[in-house]
Amino acid sequence: MNRGQAGCSLIDFEQRGAMLRYLFHRILQLIPVILGVTLIVFTLTYIAPGDPARLLLPQDASDEDVAQLKHAMGLDRSFFVQYYHFLFGYDGPGDSFDYKGLFALDLGRSYVSNRPVFGTILERFPNTVLLSTVALCLSILVSIPFGIISATRQYSKTDMVVTVLALVGISMPAFWLGMLLIWIFSVQLRLFPSLAVPSNPLSIVLPAITLAAMSTAVQTRMTRSSMLEVMRQDYIRTARAKGLDEKVVIRKHALRNALIPVVTVVGIQVGQLLVGAVLTETVFSYPGIGTIMVDAINRKDTPQILASVVFMALIFAVVNLIVDILYAFIDPRIKAQYIQAGKKKKRGLFHVISRKATP
Amino acid sequence: MGEAQLSIRNLYVEYHTDEEVVHAVNGISLDLEQGESLGLVGETGAGKTTTALSILGLLPKPNGKVTSGSIFFEGKELSQIPEEEMRQIRGNRISMIFQDPMTSLNPIFPVGEQIAEALEIHFSLSKEQAAKRTAELLELVGIPRNRMGEYPHQFSGGMKQRVVIAMALACNPKLLLADEPTTALDVTIQAQVLRMIRDLKRRMRTTLILISHDLGVVAQICDTVAIMYAGKIMEYGKIEDVFHHPLHPYTEGLFASIPRLDRTQKRLSSIPGLIPDPSNLPSGCVFHPRCPYRMDVCNQIVPTTVEWEGRKVQCLKYQELS
Repeated sequence: MNRGQAGCSLIDFEQRGAMLRYLFHRILQLIPVILGVTLIVFTLTYIAPGDPARLLLPQDASDEDVAQLKHAMGLDRSFFVQYYHFLFGYDGPGDSFDYKGLFALDLGRSYVSNRPVFGTILERFPNTVLLSTVALCLSILVSIPFGIISATRQYSKTDMVVTVLALVGISMPAFWLGMLLIWIFSVQLRLFPSLAVPSNPLSIVLPAITLAAMSTAVQTRMTRSSMLEVMRQDYIRTARAKGLDEKVVIRKHALRNALIPVVTVVGIQVGQLLVGAVLTETVFSYPGIGTIMVDAINRKDTPQILASVVFMALIFAVVNLIVDILYAFIDPRIKAQYIQAGKKKKRGLFHVISRKATP
Repeated sequence: MGEAQLSIRNLYVEYHTDEEVVHAVNGISLDLEQGESLGLVGETGAGKTTTALSILGLLPKPNGKVTSGSIFFEGKELSQIPEEEMRQIRGNRISMIFQDPMTSLNPIFPVGEQIAEALEIHFSLSKEQAAKRTAELLELVGIPRNRMGEYPHQFSGGMKQRVVIAMALACNPKLLLADEPTTALDVTIQAQVLRMIRDLKRRMRTTLILISHDLGVVAQICDTVAIMYAGKIMEYGKIEDVFHHPLHPYTEGLFASIPRLDRTQKRLSSIPGLIPDPSNLPSGCVFHPRCPYRMDVCNQIVPTTVEWEGRKVQCLKYQELS
């Protein structure tokens, strides 16, 4: 036993190195993804109609004033120059529109509020995280138990009810569900406030339900089908043949295997929850990153739009990375793949070097 | 001769699907004494695995059902005892080695943990005691004890089968059901695994039902053999008797299809036709469409089992003997 454990820790050491290499690799991969996102978002805001300079000036401003302001903002330059500014910073004729660029995490100030755009995002982001986290917990707590019940009692009445509810959850648009909930629980029953603020836990209930509805439905269906798949496997029969209690068979042997695909879905859902918060936050006037984005788009506040979208893309990518790493803890086979991939890398490099060395 | 340890009486098992009813086992009876080993031989779909699963009460739910007959184990009728008591028997008094080692182990638990599990529930051992016994079991099946923390994907097919065997032997079962334990393995490993099962059986005086479609494998290990076809036992007897003088035309056909080195054969002989569709079995004797000795009555009369000098056969040819 002791020898076995010693062997294990040695393997762990090797595994940790491989995991770190894998992690480094994945983080490097994030860079082109983020750059691609910025290019798309930048292009879209560039070609979108409306002139920020004109919006900033009073309505009766002359064309000359507009042109002068455009020059000061650097908006009279070509697309590529502007994109370059966006990435590496802008130093205009005046000081008021200067910024250090995306790589310095500075995209200037909002045209509307005149506050640093990332400052506003970072200030409001915790509110969105709070709402999304509550929604995520809610969806996991509801979907996994109901998915299991649905699967273990396939075609029962409970299964039918859960299936129908899941269908409703998937089909119902968040903004409509949100308004429906406000009408029932705020207007008619007066149980919850219709305006949501982070400081009032009661006011978060309705937006959290609204936000969680879709992902709960998707996760329930996923847990159900994954569970049904796993319950048919031979190793479940083996577990039963050992004389295990059916509850243990389900909880220990089936669930952990069934959760592997569910984790993928939950991972994608986390991103969607953060992004989906845009609609929900708007319906409940919740001060999160979603409302910043919607307001910025409405007012053509370009720096704020760019900053919020890039920020969301970054969060999305990081969450996906975390989910991929989580797999390894659930499924030892995936961990083994990381290690093998790491080893192959090493051997490949050695191969290249040795090939170069031999004439 | 004492009372039988396992006694199957007129067992019928059906699988119900939306479209059809599959008659997997059609009235088989068997008796096994403590320490005896029986080979259950037949083609794929003959109902061998279904028989074993019904002994353990693990027929796939909700499709599989024992429709009539009974299974007695150590004097108790297994279908009558509550699920709680049945769990005490599974993995403890009766255990099973499953057919496919690749899929029979849970991919996300170390093999040691999977073996220890049965020990923890049936012998209420602590984690440490169970780990110690697990290490012994692994060494018994020829796996170094320091590999008990490894996962199934880190083992080869033969090693996995050994793990499955160690798992089945963990609680010193009184009855071991081995379902094609060597089919998934290559020949050299097959011999090792068979030798191991035989040694373990001798040492622990375990009753064995070895399910196989390989007559050679059965001949190496078993005392008696039952030839199954379409959910029925066509012939039963001591291994030497059946092998040297097969009575049933189907048994004859099975032996004729084994390639022989001492005779020149251009082609392997085979039994013409296919095993019947179990949802639509032929009338009369289930083997009559393929039987070379078919008589006019064969598609009308269902043969009964004829007992004769300790052998049993189900064929109209021998009906007058009774």
